[in-house]
Amino acid sequence: MTNHSSIFNLRFIHVWRRNLMVWRKLALPSMLGNLADPMLYMLGLGYGLGSMLPQMQGVSYVAFLAGGVVCSSTMFTASFEAMYSAFSRMHVQRTWDAIINAPLTLDDVVLGELVWAASKSLLSGCAVLLVAAALGLVGSALALLIIPVILLTGLVFAGLGLIITALSPSYDFFMYYFTLAITPMMLLCGVFFPPEQLPFAAQAIAQLLPLSHAVALSRPLMNGMPPDHAWLHVLVLALYAGVSYGVARHLLRKRILK
Amino acid sequence: MTHLAVNGLRKSYDGREVVAGIDFELVPGECFGLLGPNGAGKTTTLRLTLGLTQCDSGNITLLDYNVATHAREARTRVGVVPQLDNLDPDFTVRENLLVYGRYFGMTRADVERRIPELLDYAGLATRADTRIQTLSGGMKRRLTLARALINDPDLLFLDEPTTGLDPQARHVIWERLRQLTLRGKTLLLTTHFMEEAERLCHRIAIMDHGRIISIGTPRELIAANIEPEVVEVYGDGADEWATTSGSQLAERCETHGETVFCYARDAHALVANLADHGNVRYLHRRANLEDVFLKLTGRELRD
Repeated sequence: MTNHSSIFNLRFIHVWRRNLMVWRKLALPSMLGNLADPMLYMLGLGYGLGSMLPQMQGVSYVAFLAGGVVCSSTMFTASFEAMYSAFSRMHVQRTWDAIINAPLTLDDVVLGELVWAASKSLLSGCAVLLVAAALGLVGSALALLIIPVILLTGLVFAGLGLIITALSPSYDFFMYYFTLAITPMMLLCGVFFPPEQLPFAAQAIAQLLPLSHAVALSRPLMNGMPPDHAWLHVLVLALYAGVSYGVARHLLRKRILK
Repeated sequence: MTHLAVNGLRKSYDGREVVAGIDFELVPGECFGLLGPNGAGKTTTLRLTLGLTQCDSGNITLLDYNVATHAREARTRVGVVPQLDNLDPDFTVRENLLVYGRYFGMTRADVERRIPELLDYAGLATRADTRIQTLSGGMKRRLTLARALINDPDLLFLDEPTTGLDPQARHVIWERLRQLTLRGKTLLLTTHFMEEAERLCHRIAIMDHGRIISIGTPRELIAANIEPEVVEVYGDGADEWATTSGSQLAERCETHGETVFCYARDAHALVANLADHGNVRYLHRRANLEDVFLKLTGRELRD
């Protein structure tokens, strides 16, 4: 089987467009969800809890929180799409089987799904950014640089999600990943409080997790400051994205083309 | 010239040989049937020929392309009707065709031009904007067939195209498939319905345990493997009659369940004898593909 190298062609766009066409049918409720969820976090935690807290790193708690919620929201959207939705298309509806009977390869499908999940999470991350801007929490035009950070974060969690999809016998399996990976990241990686508050061991673990690096970029950008060690964080995220995509593609080839 | 040539094809899973060295060719315009019990290796053979699974050894040439290196290119001229329906449940009938056409690099205008003809063919002209969930099983199959024709393929792969359909729906599919062969399309069909194979296929390969055990036209297979006439005997006293009279008058007798199958070149003597045994019931008929199939693949259950 040749044509493994989807990078050099644009056939994956067909898969992406198929998913877009389905999404458009439910675009309104989907976008409302993208807005409502982070809004609740920011209003509830940001103003509710935040009113009892002093300033965090020189900004109000809600402004501090906004930089974290952009990333966690992106993580959730990309993960859900790459797991539950992609699994439905792969295993339940057999949409992937239909596609690879046409002149597309499984690699085209996997890349299409990866980019699609990242695109959807881009939308959801940008919705948070928009809400933050509307609430006056954005420090400066530097915040626009959060958009590529969202895209990169989306690619990371789309890739990781597709690995879990490749290994999953059923929907129930995804709960392990949420309990063992997504929730710990949500709590350890600085979304709600600075990771420096954690014991040293927990901080060390958090430094290995991709969400920490996404937050380390987006929070200062949200508050109008250039991030420290920006390229290091970008590099870690890019590595996570590249390696997880490669692993997911390998596992899915083994699962589907056996 | 051939549309498909398979040589020495082999594929094992965990040390078990699912396809154990098969050879066959499809000439343009013929309907070729792969017949076999469950687990004979039919579906694996289709996946291998489409390049969706890599073979352990052997060569496949599909529409002038070497499948080992150019399966994707070959699939531009192939249509596939899979065993399990995989229409897109989120889309209408028309949208299913539109999206599938894009996978072949067709523009919206290209597909829109083909849609009326395809909907007519599928008998779904009035259902263009219906959601998939509300279609019956037969309609879904017809749409899957129409979808496989979106790129006007030279060769169609059909994996058990009528499994799970009621007899009415099955006859409609058969009629549609015959239209395709009349239009010169080449068909590769897997099935375990003998009637389907006998009606549709110009040539048949009977597969079992990963091997092709017999290949030819339906008539050739019957002539080569079995006596031309069959008398099925059943009811009270059938066993006794078989041991006393049947085994003398027939070339071959087999008992399965409560029926005795007597095979003969000329069954006149058998029938005359049975007329004298009023309590035994019988059916005299010409040998068919099912007799060949059961003789070659045995009668034990396959799971």
